[in-house]
Amino acid sequence: MDEMRLLKILENDPRITVTDLADILQEKEEDVLQCKASLEREGIICGYHTVINWDKTNTDHCSAIIQVSAKPERDAGYDRVAERIARFPEVTNLYLMSGTAEFMVFIEGRTMREVSDFVAQKLAPIEGVTSTVTCFLLKQYKVEGILFENEKTEDERMLVEP
Amino acid sequence: MSTEKYLSRNVRKLSRSLLWQFFDLANATPNVISLSVGEPDFRTPWHISEEGIYAIEKGRTYYAPSRGLMQLREGIVRYYERRFGVRGYGTDNVLVTVGGSEAIDLICRLVLEEGDECIILDPGYIAYEPSVLLTGATPVYLRLRADNHFKVSPEQLEEVITDRTRMIILNYPSNPTGGVMTREDYEKIVPILKKHDIVTVCDEIYLELTYGSKPCSIASFREIRDQLVIINGFSKAYSMTGWRLGYMLADSKIIDAAVSIHQYSAMGPATPAQFAGIEAISPKSDRDIEEHAEAFLNRRNWLVAKLNRIGLPTAMPEGAFYVFANISGTGLSSYDFCVRLLQEEKVCVIPGTAFGPAGEGFVRISYCYSLEELQTAVDRIEAFLKKL
Repeated sequence: MDEMRLLKILENDPRITVTDLADILQEKEEDVLQCKASLEREGIICGYHTVINWDKTNTDHCSAIIQVSAKPERDAGYDRVAERIARFPEVTNLYLMSGTAEFMVFIEGRTMREVSDFVAQKLAPIEGVTSTVTCFLLKQYKVEGILFENEKTEDERMLVEP
Repeated sequence: MSTEKYLSRNVRKLSRSLLWQFFDLANATPNVISLSVGEPDFRTPWHISEEGIYAIEKGRTYYAPSRGLMQLREGIVRYYERRFGVRGYGTDNVLVTVGGSEAIDLICRLVLEEGDECIILDPGYIAYEPSVLLTGATPVYLRLRADNHFKVSPEQLEEVITDRTRMIILNYPSNPTGGVMTREDYEKIVPILKKHDIVTVCDEIYLELTYGSKPCSIASFREIRDQLVIINGFSKAYSMTGWRLGYMLADSKIIDAAVSIHQYSAMGPATPAQFAGIEAISPKSDRDIEEHAEAFLNRRNWLVAKLNRIGLPTAMPEGAFYVFANISGTGLSSYDFCVRLLQEEKVCVIPGTAFGPAGEGFVRISYCYSLEELQTAVDRIEAFLKKL
């Protein structure tokens, strides 16, 4: 089984059925199921996400990217601080970065107040965190490779071509 | 009174392709799902388009040299070496043309005249026959067989060669059949082409879309280099159909002769398109080609499995982006099958006979569509088959 091809197909279309996957990969359905399960077990497939443009819904939604500076610890480096930050469900993405701040933290909340309260009361006081810079997202244009602005997607090709 | 009398004898020999009849029919039918395009659904990769835009911004809208921009010709030579291992060509062997189509027309006009015979493949791409007829030469069909995966066999080739045979036009991977000639397949016919000293034109526009085996360019057979003309372009591999950018690779004397027509007729593709072509032909774009080819491979596998499952026997094509499905089991002719499918289920596919008489019993289905679109079409084809 070509695992890389399977992964690429799933990355583009996580909803694809096992039958379709089997047809595309020219494999048996049970083999595809087994391979998928083993990739999930190994943590190579970590989840199946839906990309939502919350701006188009009536719900309150607020996202922010926080640059978090932190001190490394002897033996653990930045891992323990990262673990403490990552525990909060408000944190959706967390990366160790090169550059001025150590971490880039993505926060999701309902309002700006909720997000800033979280930063002030939960994130900044974490042991090892030395400073934070909060950047609120104003508008999302492209997320996970998907353009949010409605482009014309009609098929403009001729109906019949040689 | 008809104005036909003003037209030349050769032009009057041309008949309107069945394919264009389907163009009219499909356009007159509302809510049609078409599986009949001959171009990718991907956009031109942005870094390539951006080079074209940049050329316009920089005012590079002047005439390009008739043979094409030198950097583009160098890129083409290096591309054939990098991607297909073809060596020994230099920039003198390249002519940049307005799509592969201009190159087809040019080579016919350069080589053929009344009394000559030109072998064309049946079924084959619809431009070859009229291009031959316009020169006054006679097209001779080489009838390809499904049980031989639509390849040219040495026996068949020998059968159609006469002492008037001047040229053969090959097209592999093939539109409409998806057939491919491998190195081993070419090894069997190259000595025959050499023995009879036949000008060998090979349209390799789909060469990057070869699945399952390594793509083989007939240009890697150096022993026929003098008599060989390769036609290729940017349309299919880079999704650049509308840029109208193609090229011809041949012996420098043939290229010089081609320039003598080309410089007074087409003169060449738009200069900004040629600048975009320089970006496309560079190694930077190899990844785009490979990603597109993989997407087509996935769709091919998916579609062939589905068509076979709903009762339309379809062999696995080894290249291009078409399947040539066998509809003979329905008892309908290719034409009737396509007309009824269009009228009853609003799905447009092309009768195999649009590509030559040997296409009877087959229909060409393009898979330049998303899986969702293909699924809707397959559901409708299944409903149609159940009614028969």
